Parts: sequence; structure tokens; C-alpha cells
Amino acid sequence: MKWEYSPAPESRAIADIKDRYMPFIDGTFKEGSGEDRDTINPGTGERLSTISTVNAENIDRAVKAARRAYQNVWSTMPGAERGKYLFRIARAIAERSRELAVVETLDNGKPIKETRDFDVPAAAQHFFYHAGWADKLHHLGLGPAPQPLGVAGQVIPWNFPLLMAAWKIAPALAVGNTVVIKPAETTPLSILVLAEIIADADLPPGVVNIITGAGDVGSTLVNHPGIDKVAFTGSTAVGRRIQRELAGTGRKITLELGGKGANIIFEDAAQDQAVEGIINGIFFNQGQVCCAGSRLLIQESIADEFVERLKQRVETLRVGDPMDKNTDVGAINSEAQLSRITALMDAGIAEGAELWSSSCPLPKNGFYLSPSIFTSATPSMRIAREEIFGPVLATMTFRTPDEAVTKANNSPYGLSAGVWTEKGSRAMGMAAALRAGVIWDNTFNRFDPAASFGGYKESGFGREGGPSGLAAYLDTDDEAVAP
Amino acid sequence: MRHEPSIVSPSDAQLPSHLNDATADESSLRRFLLGLPGVDPVGIEQRAAGLATRSIKRASKLAALDLAISMVDLTTLEGADTPGKVRNLARKAMLPDPDNLDTPHTAAICVYPDMVPTAVAELKDSGVKVASVASAFPSGRSSLEVKLADTKIAVDAGADEIDMVIDRGAFLAGRYGTVFEQIVAIKQACGNARLKVILETGELATYDNVRRGSWLALLAGADFIKTSTGKISPAATLPVVHVMLQAVKDWKAQTAEQRAVKPAGGIRTAKDAVRYLVAVHEVAGPEWLDPYYFRFGASSVLNDLIMQRRAQLDGHYSGADYVTVD
Amino acid sequence: MTHLAVSKTYKLFIGGAFPRSESGRTYQARDSKGDFMANAALASRKDLRDAVVAARKGYAAWSRATAYNRGQVIYRMAEMLECRRSEFVELIVISTGASSKVTTAEVDAAIDRLVHYAGWTDKLAAVLGSANPVSSPYFSYSAPEPTGVVGILAPTGSPLLGLVSVVAPVITGGNTCVVIAAEEDPCVAIAFAEIVATSDVPAGAINILTGRVTELAPHLAAHSDVNALDLTGASAELQESLEQAAAETVKRVYVPKRVPDFSAAPGTARLRAFLEIKTVWHPTGALSLSGGTAY
Repeated sequence: MKWEYSPAPESRAIADIKDRYMPFIDGTFKEGSGEDRDTINPGTGERLSTISTVNAENIDRAVKAARRAYQNVWSTMPGAERGKYLFRIARAIAERSRELAVVETLDNGKPIKETRDFDVPAAAQHFFYHAGWADKLHHLGLGPAPQPLGVAGQVIPWNFPLLMAAWKIAPALAVGNTVVIKPAETTPLSILVLAEIIADADLPPGVVNIITGAGDVGSTLVNHPGIDKVAFTGSTAVGRRIQRELAGTGRKITLELGGKGANIIFEDAAQDQAVEGIINGIFFNQGQVCCAGSRLLIQESIADEFVERLKQRVETLRVGDPMDKNTDVGAINSEAQLSRITALMDAGIAEGAELWSSSCPLPKNGFYLSPSIFTSATPSMRIAREEIFGPVLATMTFRTPDEAVTKANNSPYGLSAGVWTEKGSRAMGMAAALRAGVIWDNTFNRFDPAASFGGYKESGFGREGGPSGLAAYLDTDDEAVAP
Repeated sequence: MRHEPSIVSPSDAQLPSHLNDATADESSLRRFLLGLPGVDPVGIEQRAAGLATRSIKRASKLAALDLAISMVDLTTLEGADTPGKVRNLARKAMLPDPDNLDTPHTAAICVYPDMVPTAVAELKDSGVKVASVASAFPSGRSSLEVKLADTKIAVDAGADEIDMVIDRGAFLAGRYGTVFEQIVAIKQACGNARLKVILETGELATYDNVRRGSWLALLAGADFIKTSTGKISPAATLPVVHVMLQAVKDWKAQTAEQRAVKPAGGIRTAKDAVRYLVAVHEVAGPEWLDPYYFRFGASSVLNDLIMQRRAQLDGHYSGADYVTVD
Repeated sequence: MTHLAVSKTYKLFIGGAFPRSESGRTYQARDSKGDFMANAALASRKDLRDAVVAARKGYAAWSRATAYNRGQVIYRMAEMLECRRSEFVELIVISTGASSKVTTAEVDAAIDRLVHYAGWTDKLAAVLGSANPVSSPYFSYSAPEPTGVVGILAPTGSPLLGLVSVVAPVITGGNTCVVIAAEEDPCVAIAFAEIVATSDVPAGAINILTGRVTELAPHLAAHSDVNALDLTGASAELQESLEQAAAETVKRVYVPKRVPDFSAAPGTARLRAFLEIKTVWHPTGALSLSGGTAY
């Protein structure tokens, strides 16, 4: 029986998208002095709202507000009390979870199923976890009274707007810093709803400041002399630039950059679950994930049959309206990103890789791409080396575990890897040998605030989550100084 | 649309050689079954949970409810069963909702072998099949002679379908050949009746065993692989049925034969039933969305399906007084 | 008849051997009075290139050694330094002009520093790692791993203690290193290399180059196969340009905020600076099928 699922749209009404949003500085929403920018819904291509952005003067005001709040209120507040503010925020996120999920889906283009079941709950959990650390810093192994760094300047990307805001704000605040944070220009809405939550939680003014704008605003922020600590998540190219610009300033930096994660399937893998893991690895969030499993390394002995199963499974993915609860793969975040992806795909074809794409119909409006697989990619092709940041998988084979390790590690990136085998000793051995900050055995894209996340090599340095994530926001310089 | 292909018994089948070789003797069978890819429990439960969040509304929900009703094997397997009870069940199966005559009839009713004559008499040419348990249901703990005699009672009385149990003791002791031979023997005793093979997944206890049991039953000629007797817990679960759906899908890819799946026990609400249909749809494929290829072994779910169907049609929620208990 | 001294040739220490600079160049090491001490090798960028190759090669063996084994090797360095204690005191007094008393304290502190780090190797994972209580059915742990090859600019003014204090924490974590020694005390640095060479340290784990910091450091900072830098010995002017060069390959850069007091007990900042935290997830549980009955 042919069975079409009826449209199951989540209602937009709860999002109550305003016509205009403003930056949140020193506890209030106030018009910025920068150029207005529109934010659009990538699922339809339509305008959602207009955002007032900041200029250099506004940034200065924000940093000063953060500094005042740090000196007068936040750094002297007992940790337990800081924690209680964060607990309030965690709970309020859970209370407004449906609204936040809808806002996020409308602004980013990812399926409502994902924002509802992953992004928003994970953001709430991230605040909850860090709230509990605020009065326990003496247990970190960093001395009896580790000190915060001061004012943190944070720049976050568009792929997980609310979750990245949580990943930045929660640890910084928990250990006593104040923040000035800039969302990506294509996804400013959910963090501005979070600002309402923060204001409702009576967080002292200036502890969190949200400045809106594009790359130039971010650059001004990280280079501002009033910032003690910079945290950046985004592309490796911009990360390099930030590290270069901050040379000699003594400012602490953490960078969470790009990746080209290898998903390694051995012949003894639990095959059906390995297929799911690959799907998850490259099509979750439309592949727009720094730790995406964008390289499939399949043991040659099972490659042909396995890739056939994979294609059949990809064909069942539902691509379309992000607001439909049954959509698996939503819209690409922007027209610009879509162009970048297709340009790299063209390069792959030109280099001789065979392209297979799902035959799923795509909506007429909005920015969509069919989930695609390059079979017969080789390690020297651009599609096998460069981060595509879209729903495009490059497939290569290997013969032995050693070869898999060599190929997986043969990259300037080192953020994530997946290993699929039923043999425990091999899973453990691969986990030890792979040069990546996160290793997923028989799973993929698992995140938790208690489990540190971050990269080796050009995927960045510093960690988020867990005790090491806290250390990034503390003055950990415990070397004695010359008299 | 109903499919009624000719029954293919193992001896007639032109199985590909790798499957034929697997049944040459017990050690070949063992090697084959143990060589099947493993199932990662956390991964499969994650996928089952993910599919369970599908939102099936409006027209697609109505279609699912009708389909689910038409897939029910309405069941009574109690020591206290009487002819009266079975007659009531049969009537309900033929006309589940007297206030809505367009409600489909169920696929079958399922009873003990000695109740088959009553069922057959009541159901006559209604289109509702008579399924009977057999082979020392539910424990399966008796000799092959007894199991065959049990089957013969049901078949001779006119059962259209036989729901047998495998010998779980033999399976867990690694005597796969014994399990295989029993299925083959009972299949022969079935004649034209379709054979459902109950794995009793709750006793097999691991997903890997469910996969092996599924393949063993398919190799032995099962028309249906069925999860449970409904007499122990856990009975049917979504992840277990995922494994079985994958097995019949793989079987079809390798043999061009389409076999059937039946979860039984633990399916209480229409919501559960629709979740199973989503699994059938997305794991096996739309070709399995047919009572010939998928059944629900259940009793109480029928009323919930009827009430949900009413709610879809009437536009308001229904109540227990509006559906018959029997 | 008085014995005519056989002067030592001070060469580079690369890959466990003592080669001359491929450039054939030397520079004059002078003692505290300005008198000639030795012709120290003047390393070239090609020597540096070779040293990085050796360090990468040595990384395979050193990082794969057990933590216990690494601790034993570092302890042996302490043993070797202890038995040559008076020789080092004499050498440092000549080279720097410091008093015998101060120098003895420095050498003793250097020995003790090695002992301290020898005891760290098999404890890093316990202190810096964790089992992560994730809220899903996985076993997850985070553990420190060495970052790889570290380029170190050794501090000036503390030719042995300072050198030991920057090298030991790097290798304790399993990293290998290429050290650019302090220019004015090359003899001490190469004497220390002899300690390394006799301590069962795998070839290439520690490489020491003598020469012009301003000539060598930029190549170290820009080298794609160097994972991290310790800029303790860099002047303020040099530091910024090195950090900029390091950004091209997103190196981890450690720069002490102020001039360190190497006589004080070391903290853990230098250990942590060159460790990567790796997080691993593995499914667990599912010992029966009842996990699925929630659905």
C-alpha cells in the first residue's frame, strides 16, 4: 500500500516572531547604531524579521558593561549564587522549549524534529550542568581558588545557534566571567529569545551582552582591548586569522574550527546500525556540523554491498519543509552556503568522483540540496580533503585497520572520527590511534555537557564541556613568577 | 490490495546457493547464523525511538487506522475460553464497529486448536481467517510427535493459518538443526495453511538471537516470523520488530520472495500500532503494508483503533461505552 | 708534565646523535669573563628541519611507551644528572659566573625537577581525565594525550634548571621536542643533551639545537609538522611574530605571562598546555531486550 504521510506542520504561532529585534546590552534591548539586517527563513526564502546591529561604539559600550558587571557584581558573587542564576536559565529554557524550537527552525532551516528533540533540550542541559560547577571549582585540580579571566568575547556560528550560545555562555558565567557574545548574522533570533529568558531570570545587567552583526562586528569584538578571553567557533580560515590578529596580546583563546571526520566501517560492523551512523554522521543538521562524518572509510571486503544498502536507506530520508514534524533533512542555512557546497560538488565531479544523489523531490522555494554520496572518491580529491559543510559524503575504501588509521589521520583536521566494529579490542585500539578530539565507537554525533568536545590540529584547540571546558575560562597559569 | 501468491515450500524454492548451503547440515546452519552481522542494541533502540516520533495525522492517520484494523489477528488464548467466547470474538472480528459499517474486518482470529471448529463455523466466508496456535503453545516443551498432532488437529478442523512456537531450549543450547527440522516438519503438516513461526523473542533475549532466529525460520520455510506468544514479558517491541523487518527485507533482496512479520503482545494502543506501521513502511517498505505481509497479534488494541478511527471521522474523542467489549 | 686538555667539540643533538651543523658553521661560546669556551654549532634551518623529522619519528616510540616506562626514563635522566652533578656545577659557574653555592642549588633543583616530572607520567590521566556521566546509554571517557612535536625556546639566564623546566613537562605528557637552546650557554645545553643520550630516551624524543634564536625560531613557528610552541625563551619583539606564524597551522602556543621563577615548585600549566583531551564514546548496557519496551 502506498502510504503518504499527511503534512504535519508545527504551528508557527508560538514563536511570535517580532518584526524587529535589537541587541541586548547591559540588561536592556536597545537599538544599535549599525546597519539593519534582515534575517530570512531558509526553508522558504522569506524574510522573517529585521535586526538592528551594532557599530564600534556599541561594542565598546557592551564591553564596558561587561567589565563593570564583572568587577562590581559577578566576580565577587559566591559561586553558589552564580550557579542559581544558571539553574534558573536552564529551567526557563525548558519551559519555553517549544517556542525556542520553532524560532530556531524558522531561522536556521533545520528540522523541527531536531530542534525539539536535540538542540533545545541540550541547551537546557548545558546550563544545568554548568550551574552545578559554579561553587565547586576547587575540585578541578587547578588550585584552591581558581580565578576567572574577566570579560570573554565570544563569536558563534549559524549551525547550532542556541546550543552554541549555551556552550559559550554557561561555562564562562559558571566560573565567574562576564560575556559579550555575537551570534551569526544569518541566525540571530534564538539567542535574542534567550536574552529575554536571561532578563526574566534577573541576571545582573552586563553579565551577558549580545551584539548583533556580521563578520566585522566579530572581528572588532575579538580585537577589543577590553576583552580578556576570546572563544570562537567557526571556520578554520577565520580561526587562523583570529589567532594571528591576537598574536602578542596575551589574550587567552580557544578555537573550535572545522573538520573532515572519518566514519570507519569494518567488515564485522553491525551493518544496519553502521548505516544509521553514517546517515546521522553526514545528514544530521544537513551535514552542517564541524564534527560531521563527511568521509566514509569502508573496508573494501564489504564495500559494494554496503554502499548499496546505504543508498537505499538514503532514499528513505524525507527532505523538505523544516517545520514539518516528519522532515528528516531540512534546508541549507543560506544561499551562500548552498553555493559553496555545490561548487565543491562540481569540483568533485570534475575530479572524476561518481556522484549519487537521493531522488527525493525538493521544495520549490528555499535552499535545499538532495543528500548526496560521492562513491569512488580518492584521498587526493578536494571533496575528500576540504570541508564541504553540507549533506555530501565522500566514500573511500581501506584494506586493513592500519590503513584505516593512516587514512583517517591523514588530514590537517582532527575533530572527530567514528569506528564501527563488533570487536572490542579493535574499537579500543582505534580510539587510541585516531588523532581526533572525539571518537565515537558504534555511534555518532553524541554530545553531552559532561563529555569534553574539541579538536586536534587545525580543528582548533581548547575544549568545551566537562572539567577541561571550564579550565578554558579560568586563569590556569600556576607557574610561579620571578621575584 | 490482497496478494495471494502460491505457497512456496523449502523443497520447491530455488534458493541462492549460499542460502541452500546453509541448510545442508547443522554445522553449516550454525556457521551461517553466527556469521550474520551483529545488531548494536543501543543503535537499534535509537533508530526505533527516532521513527516513533513520526507524526501521522489526518488522512494518513485514517489510512493507517484502517490498515491496522485489517491487520489485526484478534486473539483469545485463555484456559477459560469457551465456544461462547470464541463466537463473540469471531463476530467482533467480522464487524468491529457496528456503528460504522465501513470499518474493515480484521485479518483473522487466533485461538487454541480445539476452538478452531467453532471459529470456522462462525466465520464461514467472511474473509476473516482462522489462525490457530499449535506445537505445544506456548512453551513448546514437548515431543515432535505431540507438536505435529497438535498441528493436525487445527489443520483438520479448517485452520487457515498455524502459529507455531520454536523450541527455545534447543535454540539457546545451540541445536539450531533441531529447531530447523521441527519447523520444516510442522510446515509440511500445515498443508495449504500458512505457517507463522513464533520466536518468543523475550526468551531469546538478545537482538543478535532475534536476527538468527528470524533467518533460521525463513530458511525453514516460515511464511510469517512472529515475535511472541504474548504469555511472557517482554513481548513485541519496536526494536525487535525492526530486526525482523530487516530480515524479511534482506530475504527478499536475496531470494525475490516476500515473507511476512507479526508482532504479538504488548501492542495496546492505536498509537503503538501506527508506530509499528511506520516501522514497516520505512524499514521494510510499502510492499509490506498489507495484511498478507504484516499482522498484529492483539486483542485490546482493536477497541482503541476503533475509537481513534471514530475520533478522526467524528471530530471528537470517543469513549469506552461506545465500543463493544466482545 | 701537565696534561694537555682534550677540548670537547660541542655539536647539535638530533635524533639521538651529535651531528655538526649541516651548514658547517659555528659560533664562539664565551664564558662569564668573555674568554673563549668553545665553538658551538650554529644550527641552520636545515638542521631544524632534520630535528623536526627526528622529533616526529621519535614521537611514535615515545608516545606509545607506557606512562610507567616514560616515568622510568625521566627518572634515569635524574640519575645521570646526579652522577655528573659536580661537572655541571663547574660548567655553569664558568659559563655564567654565578657562585658555586647558587649553581649547586640550581643543579640540585634541576635533578629534583626531573624526579618530580618522572612521578607525573602515570598520573596525568587520573588528574586530567574523567569518566563522563553522560545522560545516554554510553560509556564515555576523556583522557589526555600528547599533542605531538613541540618547539621550545629555552629560557635565558637559567641554563640548566630553566632548560629542564621547559623540556621535562613537555616529554612527561608523551610529546617530543625540538629545543632551541639559550644562545649564551650552548655548552650547558649540549652537556644536558649527553644526559639525555645516556638515559634510554628514544632517539628524537628530545632534540637540542644551538644557534641564533632569531634565525631559527621563525622556521620552527611556521613549520607545519610542529604541533605546539613554548615561547618562554622568546624576547617580546620576537614573540608576536612567532605567534602570528604559528596561527597559520593553528598551533597551540604557550607563553608565560611573566618571567618564571624556576626555583619554585612547578604547577601544571606547562603539562596541560601540551596535552589534548580526547573523548571517547562507546555503547553500553542492553543486556536484555527490555530496554526496548519503553517504546
